[in-house]
Amino acid sequence: MTAAGFGRALDLVTRVRGVRGAMLVSAADGLVVADQLMEGIKGPAVAALAGSLASRLGRAMTAAGVGESVFWHLQGSGGALLVVPAASGILVVAVAEPEVNVGLVRLELLRAAEAVA
Amino acid sequence: MADDVKALSAQLAQDPASLVFLRLGELLRQRGQLDAAHRVALGGLERHPHLADAHDLYARVLADKRDYERAFDEWDMALRIAPAHVGALKGLAFLYFKVGDVAQAVSHLEAAQRAAPDDPGIIQAVAMVRGGQASAAASGLGIERAPEPAARGAAPLEEARVFAGLEGAQEGLLLLDASGRVLGGALRDPSGRDVSEPVAAYLAGVSQEAARSAKLLGLGTWTGLSAEGRQGHVHLAQPTSEALLLVVRDRSVPMGRLAIIAQRAAQAAQRWLEQQG
Repeated sequence: MTAAGFGRALDLVTRVRGVRGAMLVSAADGLVVADQLMEGIKGPAVAALAGSLASRLGRAMTAAGVGESVFWHLQGSGGALLVVPAASGILVVAVAEPEVNVGLVRLELLRAAEAVA
Repeated sequence: MADDVKALSAQLAQDPASLVFLRLGELLRQRGQLDAAHRVALGGLERHPHLADAHDLYARVLADKRDYERAFDEWDMALRIAPAHVGALKGLAFLYFKVGDVAQAVSHLEAAQRAAPDDPGIIQAVAMVRGGQASAAASGLGIERAPEPAARGAAPLEEARVFAGLEGAQEGLLLLDASGRVLGGALRDPSGRDVSEPVAAYLAGVSQEAARSAKLLGLGTWTGLSAEGRQGHVHLAQPTSEALLLVVRDRSVPMGRLAIIAQRAAQAAQRWLEQQG
């Protein structure tokens, strides 16, 4: 996929009101593949942590018998991190305000994941 | 052997940047001088942070000290630096086997075997892991396996009934400490097998990583982590700073309801932890 293609996938997510940024992260090594982030968000560090968290969570979920992760959502008092693993080994990541429409972000993350798969 | 330690220590003192710390650390580890081995390994790692062998040595020391979570991270790091590192593959195989994930253990051993086809220890370990013989497998991998603690803290405290009265108390609610040890509740997979311990082990460290992610993103204190799987949903909460709660349900339970169940269970867990004092 081209950089423009990645950009279009990220656009799906960042156009949702309350989303502060979106990234495509390589699940294997936690490196940023493409991003559209508001100023001040440390993309590479967030990508590394998201990759590591996805890996740990994925192993736990498989062991628990609930299968592979389709979507996960880290809730904080001041915002949220939402992630959808794509079939291509890329994590589609969104950083959002606390009042964001989580259902809508989830749908757009899933669409973006399909686009980059 | 004491002379070897002295000689290697002297070499290291003369040239602190040399790789002799790898031999010295391993020698100390084999002698059971784990604190000294830990210092040597850590010192070497500080000077050579991109050396896979340094991470492997440190992981071995951590595994001997039963700090399996950090050992996992170090072996994982060694593999990121050198994807075919035999020591790291063997180490991870050992840890996977330890938490009951035989498939992953075998997969890592097979990768190790591809990298070192003539290593008899690996061939032996594959056979032993498939046969479920932990101590023999660990021996084949060259990883000393110390005796299990007499009173194993990982056993679920069923008598304490931390989640008494709550839905799914013995099959879908799990309370664990920061080290990945089960404190209460239980978890069963769809086939009815108790998977409490492996799941707890995998989740060790998640709360710290969630906290770091939340801090980095300015998300404030993390309040929950929910995840949707292909066959079920999970929700993680933090009843106290030292504990993590996992709630698992099948996909018929909506994520929102799962969060409410988790909230109630977290309150019960918090009360129970306070009583334990």
